[in-house]
Amino acid sequence: MGITAFNSSAFPRVTPWECFTVEWFSVLAEDKRLLTGLRNSLFIGLGVVCLSVPLGLAGALMLTQVKERVRPWYYTIVISPILVPGVVLGISTLLFWDRVGVMFGASRDSFFYNGFFLTIIGQSTFIAAYTMLVFISRLQRFETVQEEAALDLGATHWQTFKKILLPFLAPAIASASVLAFLASFENYNTTVFTAISTSTITTVLASKVRYGIDPSISALAVVIVVLTLIGAAVHEILKRREIARSKLAAEVAAGNRLSIGKQTPWYFDPALIMIFLIVVAGVGTTFMAGTMGVEECKVAVKTEKQRATQERIKALRERNQAKRDVEAAQQAQEAEQKREEKEGRTGTENFNSIFNTDNLAPAEDAPETTGEPENDPSRTGTENFNSIFSTDNLAPKDDSEQENGEQDKKDEEAPRTGTENFNNIFDTDNLAPKSD
Amino acid sequence: MSADVTLDDVWIRFGDFVAAREANIHIEDGEFFSFLGPSGCGKTTLLRAISGFLTPSQGRVLIGGKDMAGIGPNRRPTALIFQNLALFPLMSVWENIAFALEVKGMSKLERRKRADELLDLIALPGQGDKRVSELSGGQKQRVAIARALAAEPDVLLLDEPLSALDLKLRQHMRTELRAIQQRVGITFVYITHDQGEALTMSDNVAVMREGLIEQVADGSTIYDSPETAFVASFVGENNVFQGKVNRLDQSAAVVETPYGEFCARPIQRNNQDQLRVGDDAMVFVRPEAIENAQSDSANRISGEVLQTEFEGNLWQLHVQLPNGGPRITRSSINDGRATKHQVGDRIELGFSETSAIALPTGQLAAE
Ligand SMILES: Nc1ncnc2c1ncn2[C@@H]1O[C@H](COP(=O)(O)OP(=O)(O)O)[C@@H](O)[C@H]1O
Ligand SMILES: [Mg+2]
Repeated sequence: MGITAFNSSAFPRVTPWECFTVEWFSVLAEDKRLLTGLRNSLFIGLGVVCLSVPLGLAGALMLTQVKERVRPWYYTIVISPILVPGVVLGISTLLFWDRVGVMFGASRDSFFYNGFFLTIIGQSTFIAAYTMLVFISRLQRFETVQEEAALDLGATHWQTFKKILLPFLAPAIASASVLAFLASFENYNTTVFTAISTSTITTVLASKVRYGIDPSISALAVVIVVLTLIGAAVHEILKRREIARSKLAAEVAAGNRLSIGKQTPWYFDPALIMIFLIVVAGVGTTFMAGTMGVEECKVAVKTEKQRATQERIKALRERNQAKRDVEAAQQAQEAEQKREEKEGRTGTENFNSIFNTDNLAPAEDAPETTGEPENDPSRTGTENFNSIFSTDNLAPKDDSEQENGEQDKKDEEAPRTGTENFNNIFDTDNLAPKSD
Repeated sequence: MSADVTLDDVWIRFGDFVAAREANIHIEDGEFFSFLGPSGCGKTTLLRAISGFLTPSQGRVLIGGKDMAGIGPNRRPTALIFQNLALFPLMSVWENIAFALEVKGMSKLERRKRADELLDLIALPGQGDKRVSELSGGQKQRVAIARALAAEPDVLLLDEPLSALDLKLRQHMRTELRAIQQRVGITFVYITHDQGEALTMSDNVAVMREGLIEQVADGSTIYDSPETAFVASFVGENNVFQGKVNRLDQSAAVVETPYGEFCARPIQRNNQDQLRVGDDAMVFVRPEAIENAQSDSANRISGEVLQTEFEGNLWQLHVQLPNGGPRITRSSINDGRATKHQVGDRIELGFSETSAIALPTGQLAAE
């Protein structure tokens, strides 16, 4: 998927590969609808984080407080939004707040009917359950005796929460926030109902898929994937630093070292610098490679395509003729001499003229080859070279089976004629038809 | 400041299970008081009732003469050193120590100053900026003490604080704890299952068994005059002979056992479980009170040497009494004059009337 973002083909695909380009990134940057959706999604994501992280934390803390016997019931209830289909949550949210709005006699443009408000609430109903799971697993490793120690030293319950429990939960808060944001960002099922007229990245993408997409979507995917990878790598490095540090601390505690010593600050960490350089170099080279020579390549691909089309048409015609010409082909042996003389001229003429717009039209205009097919044996040669890109011709020809002697001859001649023809196709001199 | 602690008929129940019963104790102002008992006997439970984490099912806890009912742990003049220390791993050493000051709202500068003073007190000067994980076991121990002292409690409660340390360090910390207690002059309530710790450090010791306080006394009384069979067998080594009381007066009891009649000192416990003639009784003799039989030995036993152990300062001799009798231990100081015994030797031993005690039969401490 990511690769298609760099293919100049107008539809996201890897094959046929056309030109390496970064133009889809600029298309992406100019897609107003997508950008609005992206901005709304970011905003909603932040809202969901602000709502579902405290809710999840409260839910998890509550679990540690309720009585042993009530716990399974409580857990089942608070976890249930995860099991309910997102569509149901979306519709329920919409209906519920509509009822509430009606109850308060709120107008249609009050926040009860606001896509942002409803989406944040709707998504939070189940995302809060995700964040709660994160907090529960962290809380299971908390030594409650630390809270007791703080209380014993005179701290109030609030101070104990703020100075002991919250710092302990900090990593869980961070990962719950990331989780909540991502879950919100990629949510469609619920959002499609609650967003009303607000567009989010997923609803925009969905409508794009319905009405036709281009590789700027792949470009968006590349951006997201790259950002995620960088984030994961940085996280991993910071974690390793922390582990290294605690190992050192253990050595100090065991008396094998005097002190931990100064650790290099994280922004000087070689691994981080390395990642930074790789990213910069990667983006830089991609950008350079994707902008330089793209136009030329595209022209070439375009002409190549046109030519291929032309060839295909020609091949089609010729196949029809070939059928008619089965008898004529039997005379090829006699015309051998004549064909060799003409070979260069006829071949070059044909290739040189392919950029001539006249020749883009069906091949009736090429009188030398097609005008007198019945008795001109050069047809066989031209047919072979002109049609080599035509898939039809990749299969063995009926003709060659009939004429073994001719087959040998053709093989000998192929290199010379082929090279000559292809070397010249980009030569501007040759773009015009060559006069004999 | 320092305060006394009184437990007034405290009972603590968890459902049907009684973790502590009939606790009646008075701990003097400035005293080093220990609760001693095997693990699971309810020591921590009592301590938590004093610190306020547990409300007694019945009875009162008084600190400085004030009833603590309804006063939470953060408002009691106590500081608790937890069994696993419960240092705050995310804070540096000095932040740990200054936590009690921080929650009081003291300025950072003052806190730091006070933390440094306490670091000097616990002999860890200049270690304030370390992380807790960089400290060794003994250092963590001392930081926990400093953290509790920073709260300036009237009573410091310590729950087996040395149990995680190795032997050498434990012995060192004993003296250190005692020294700190004398320096700061506050009441220490110390919990341990190690009788050595309890006897060396404490002014008074309460020996507990299964939620019940069996005896409260100073160390030498506990050792020399245990009031119950459990205390006699739990504190220090003791040889036991079971029998029946034959004769009894104020200063002597004669107990008839399968290995002979022994004359011992009866311990009279205040108005309960008094020994009477005809009762089942136990005679306890410390290994160090057993000597080679002399002509004037009040009590004599003979047996076969099973094993000799050399412990540097002591010789331990294990002797099997005949006819399936108990195995007894005798220890003698290695002063160069002790006679060497071979395994299998027959040996005559004796002990004086005053070094043996007679107690009503009761449950012994598990080995
Ligand atoms: N919260 C509790 N609920 C039920 N039983 C408990 C609780 N706390 C302690 N106990 C029981 O009380 C007894 C005494 O425990 P504890 O005071 O911790 O013993 P220790 O003397 O080893 O400190 C143990 O049998 C323990 O299982
Ligand atoms: Mg305990």
